[in-house]
Amino acid sequence: MPATERRIIYRHIDEPGYTTDLVCYQRHGGYEILRKAIQRQPEELVQEVKDSGLKGRGGAGFPTGVKWGFLDRKSGKPVYLICNADESEPGTYKDRQIIYKDPHQLIEGTVLSAFAIQARLAFIYIRGEMFGGFTILERAIEEARAANFVGNNILGSGYSVDIIVHRGAGCYICGEETGLIESLEGKRAYPRIKPPYFPAVLGLYNCPTIVNNVETLCQVKHVLDMGGKEFAKIGVPGDSGTHIWGLSGHVAKPGYYEIESGKATVRDLLYDFGGGPPAGRTIKAIIPGGVSMKILRMGEKFKVKLPDGSPGEWGVLDIPLDSGSFAQCGTSLGTSGMIFMDDTTDMVEALANLNAFYAHESCGQCTPCREGSLWLKKITTRVCDGGGRMEDIDLVKTIADQVAGRTICAHGEAVAWPCQSNVPKFRDEWEAKIRAQIHAREHPEGAATTARTGLRLV
Amino acid sequence: MNLSEKTLKYIDGLIPRYPQKRSAMLMVLHAIQEEQGFLSKDAIEWTAQKLEVVPMAVYEVVTFYPMFRQAPIGRRHVKVCRTLSCALRGAYKVCDSLQHELGCGLGQTSADGNYTVEFVECVAACGSAPVVIVDDKLHENITPEKAPDFAAKIKKETTVSLPPSRY
Ligand SMILES: Cc1cc2nc3c(=O)[nH]c(=O)nc-3n(C[C@H](O)[C@H](O)[C@H](O)COP(=O)(O)O)c2cc1C
Ligand code: SF4
Ligand code: FES
Repeated sequence: MPATERRIIYRHIDEPGYTTDLVCYQRHGGYEILRKAIQRQPEELVQEVKDSGLKGRGGAGFPTGVKWGFLDRKSGKPVYLICNADESEPGTYKDRQIIYKDPHQLIEGTVLSAFAIQARLAFIYIRGEMFGGFTILERAIEEARAANFVGNNILGSGYSVDIIVHRGAGCYICGEETGLIESLEGKRAYPRIKPPYFPAVLGLYNCPTIVNNVETLCQVKHVLDMGGKEFAKIGVPGDSGTHIWGLSGHVAKPGYYEIESGKATVRDLLYDFGGGPPAGRTIKAIIPGGVSMKILRMGEKFKVKLPDGSPGEWGVLDIPLDSGSFAQCGTSLGTSGMIFMDDTTDMVEALANLNAFYAHESCGQCTPCREGSLWLKKITTRVCDGGGRMEDIDLVKTIADQVAGRTICAHGEAVAWPCQSNVPKFRDEWEAKIRAQIHAREHPEGAATTARTGLRLV
Repeated sequence: MNLSEKTLKYIDGLIPRYPQKRSAMLMVLHAIQEEQGFLSKDAIEWTAQKLEVVPMAVYEVVTFYPMFRQAPIGRRHVKVCRTLSCALRGAYKVCDSLQHELGCGLGQTSADGNYTVEFVECVAACGSAPVVIVDDKLHENITPEKAPDFAAKIKKETTVSLPPSRY
């Protein structure tokens, strides 16, 4: 039986006739959950979120209720909520659909979450390139304010919160929560060092702050609708709810599919939803959840513990779509944006493409990340351009090993993981490529045809 | 600094919404750049005064964020996503083709001052790769085959009705 979608967050996305205005949202039951929840005690709502087991959808997968529990209440300082709408992890485009097609769902989720944590002010930090999304959100907030779902004394509850939509200006690092906070303070987006700058204690303006992803805040709305314990029954233990899988790269039907956690496999995603590889090709590798996650090579086998506790073995296509299963295979579902690469892909070029991204996006504060990402870019580019040396293979791995774990923020891991996984898993391709280059250099007469495509992947 | 009444009013409305003035930085800079096409030295000093910070505090923001620029660009700003999902579906060829059709090198402006073509990093539309942003609008599934026609469309729009000058 082919796997099916279970649309909760995306229930109305792309539904014919569904529009972004308040009237349409209310016709579909919009703001009814807020109406009920705002009569309850905020602590109860936090408890519901804890009971739900909901994990953040921004990439790190941290349990949302637990994070909310870290808020420093003793300081007496105002609490802020920030919705992370920077969506900049390559391969990820799930938040965009919500922002552009169902903005009121995000606003309702934001107000509910703000009420639960008793935030005084909420921000939606949206990436600068989504200008259309910015205007859609501004308009939607105007409508919600006029209807008293946002603003002063919401629905007569005595609780007030305003939402400010704030535009970024083209930086990946603004997605990192403390970089985002610096940016929102009007500075360069330099991530802060933790400790002491855990946002829940010392966040925006050094006040307790919660940063949550767009999808996470929407999930909260459904947690409060169903009740935490009910929500926890969706999916598999340890990863409740649905994931929105965004497919891209070499797949016949790229697109987004919302699937109950653990209820389908990579195979289902590729064939039942994605329509398989492009005609006549085979898939060689996938990156499961945004480019920073470790790559998986088709043919790899993983020794795993099956849900019933017995030992088992999975190939890449067998991996169930939940966070625990990907963790067992040495990678992570991250933002659940899955990139497929077929047999025409040159894996060295694919890595060079990513290294160029990280070198461009490093904020420059930490030497290992700033210099390391640049070296990695230069080395992999040189290998793509025909100047490869056999020692480059280990060099790339060694440099990456010295970036991870030695930096202020997780951009360091993002730089390292693609190299640390690509190089050992595709060593044969690296060697063959470089061997051909060495041969071409030694025999310039007959070998002018070494591919010199640089970062050009296709 | 000659800002229009409209932009001034917008900026004056923006600043008090934030608990701290400086937080309005990116929004103010966007508004000025939108009107003037780039951020001049004057604009930086004006923003500093407005937000009660030293000019250096504005300058370091302007030089950090890729969307801000200190020099004018072409009337149409063409940004091609080059990151993995787009690259896998031909973004580099698309970019070559657009440069050729619009008559400019990468990161440069065409001789007639009409077009600037740049690479940008992932713009969160990977499922409809390759994508190109023209000014503020996203265009999806611009494959290498479609690129010449797409360039022709941009050219036609630009001659029919020039958008407000970005100079
Ligand atoms: C380099 C880097 C980029 C990130 N980009 C994003 C992003 O674009 N959107 C996002 O929601 N989280 C992003 N994150 C994760 C955030 O730091 C943070 O964990 C997340 O917004 C928390 O929300 P959640 O708990 O709802 O997942 C990024 C993290 C790093 C290290
Ligand atoms: S790890 Fe990289 S991006 Fe993060 S703070 Fe250090 S230099 Fe900046
Ligand atoms: S890689 Fe081009 S939009 Fe994401």
